[in-house]
Amino acid sequence: MTSLAELEELCRIRIFEEQVRELALEREVIGSVHLCIGQEAIPVGVCAALEPRDALFATYRGHGWALARGVPPEELFAELLGRATGTNGGRGGSAYLSSARHGFYGENSIVAGSAPIAVGAALAAKFDGSGRVSVVCVGDGALNQGAMHEAMNFASAFALPIVFVCENNLYSELTPIAAMVADPELWHRAAAYAMPGVRVDGNDVDAVRAAARDAVQRARSGGGPSLIEAMTERLAGHYIGDVEQYRPAGEVDRAREREPIGRLTSQLVASGVAPQHCEAASQRAAATIERARAAALHAPAADVSLVREHLYA
Amino acid sequence: MPELNYAEAVNAALRRALAEWPETLLYGEDVAKPGGVFGVTRRLYREFGERVFDTPISESAIIGSAVGAAMMGRRPIVEIMWVDFTLVGLDQVINQAANVRYVSQGALTAPLTIRTQQGAVPGSCAQHSQSLEALFAHVPGIRVALPSTPQDAYDVLLSAIACDDPTVVIEARALYNGPRENVELDGPIAAVGGSRHRHRGEDITVLTWGAQTHNVVAAAAELDAEQIGLDVIEAVWLNPFDTPAVLDSVARTGRLMVVHEANVTGGFGAEVLARVAESGISLRSPACRVGLPDLRVPAAPGLSSAVLPSASSVAAAARTIIGSESVPWNAAGQYYDAR
Repeated sequence: MTSLAELEELCRIRIFEEQVRELALEREVIGSVHLCIGQEAIPVGVCAALEPRDALFATYRGHGWALARGVPPEELFAELLGRATGTNGGRGGSAYLSSARHGFYGENSIVAGSAPIAVGAALAAKFDGSGRVSVVCVGDGALNQGAMHEAMNFASAFALPIVFVCENNLYSELTPIAAMVADPELWHRAAAYAMPGVRVDGNDVDAVRAAARDAVQRARSGGGPSLIEAMTERLAGHYIGDVEQYRPAGEVDRAREREPIGRLTSQLVASGVAPQHCEAASQRAAATIERARAAALHAPAADVSLVREHLYA
Repeated sequence: MPELNYAEAVNAALRRALAEWPETLLYGEDVAKPGGVFGVTRRLYREFGERVFDTPISESAIIGSAVGAAMMGRRPIVEIMWVDFTLVGLDQVINQAANVRYVSQGALTAPLTIRTQQGAVPGSCAQHSQSLEALFAHVPGIRVALPSTPQDAYDVLLSAIACDDPTVVIEARALYNGPRENVELDGPIAAVGGSRHRHRGEDITVLTWGAQTHNVVAAAAELDAEQIGLDVIEAVWLNPFDTPAVLDSVARTGRLMVVHEANVTGGFGAEVLARVAESGISLRSPACRVGLPDLRVPAAPGLSSAVLPSASSVAAAARTIIGSESVPWNAAGQYYDAR
């Protein structure tokens, strides 16, 4: 069920991230920023399976998740630029932004820190009758933090409506995940919690969407949690400025042959979509992002007079 | 008015919260069917059913899930069995709960209550005797309270649960089975904050909290006979902290002692001394901290009682302050100097 709309969504995230990289190199965006270039199919596929009432929690590499969840790119740019119109008025920054009105309950710069919180959203759903499903995205490295184990066990023990999504881009920050685990098939861990686990091609929107729909449906119908391991590759460094000396020569070039935008474009063309329609989708995405960036750059700086507010009720 | 001990007062507060606020949840290790290892949550599972439940031994998941459930409109009350165990889940307190409101500009809130208990009692091990209130009080965004009487155990917990901020209520294990007193159960729920004047005197302001309050009050009674008047203030809340109450008292007495069970270095007592110093009120004697002299807490009762503050060591420190122009750091004669 691939579509031009999904291609445009992938392109929006890709172009947003490329623009963020530019803004960071121009010193307009200050501080640590972690891009998801190459990983766009996972948020797009998972968010396609969600309803507005669902609660999404992400990791620090979460701009793509925010965009896929419907957070306006202008607000995200503004947040990264430290503007008053940012999703969080500049307080969350790149690694801790949220937008509750879009069902996006936040990134987290503690890699597994969002998992227990997402479990709590699922726990609340058990009592509030909302039918809400909670989804948490973490990276491969997060599976080695203790909070992840606690969260998965807790969720499974109480059959809570949550989906754990692991974006496995093969690197835990700068170190290969394979060197840090005895079993690099991380989805195997689901068995320890008696929950379904599945590994999917995370560069394939269809595959991600299908796995997410299964997992969300199971959660919503009382079947409890599940784990989706989505395999992908980073086309960017861990952070902007990462020289990636740890990556073997040619690895990123080979990854470009498998990345989700080229892949979805080929699928669409093979199914009969005219190439110029794919190109038009990309151009629409570029125009949207360019407008958002310009608007954010014109927005007022975060208001210093408010810096002490919102600490306590 | 029923006569309740400290543990029964906590239980009564939890019962009222569960009865009055359907959005409350009560959970933690062994709190439901077993009724809590100290019996504090007895019968609540029977009365309130699935809103009271036992959890895996998973402090990150307990506190973190409370953060998430609170963000979604529940009002979770979680028990961390010993304050020492909060360290297992501290990310969820300091990196997560404390940030929810601030980084979202109030669009998200996390009104959860963490109940725990601390303090040294004879025979406890070094991982079951620590006093960690300064850790929490150091973190903006977290409210911190340490009640010491049955009435305050009841009132403070309800204030914490009603509060829309993440709140840590540190109970005192040594007091759970203490004497019963009449506890007013139907009063209005106060806003967080406030202190209690526990003894009047004109010579030394003594600021304390938690289980040490009882030692300090006993010392004050002993010193009355010697015409040394302690003005004893109990800080039931460390955040918000009642600085004006301390300054008002110090302005009268011209002397200050802080007594706590936590290690002296970096303890909240240091913060109190700093606030008084910054106020510009001049003191007649150097200010003094009485606390655990930067030690691990030994298990042997004879060893721990030699180093923990007591009524007699508090009284001795007060006499030293009155009699001396220069009080050495952590001066109570029998204290072992860890340095």
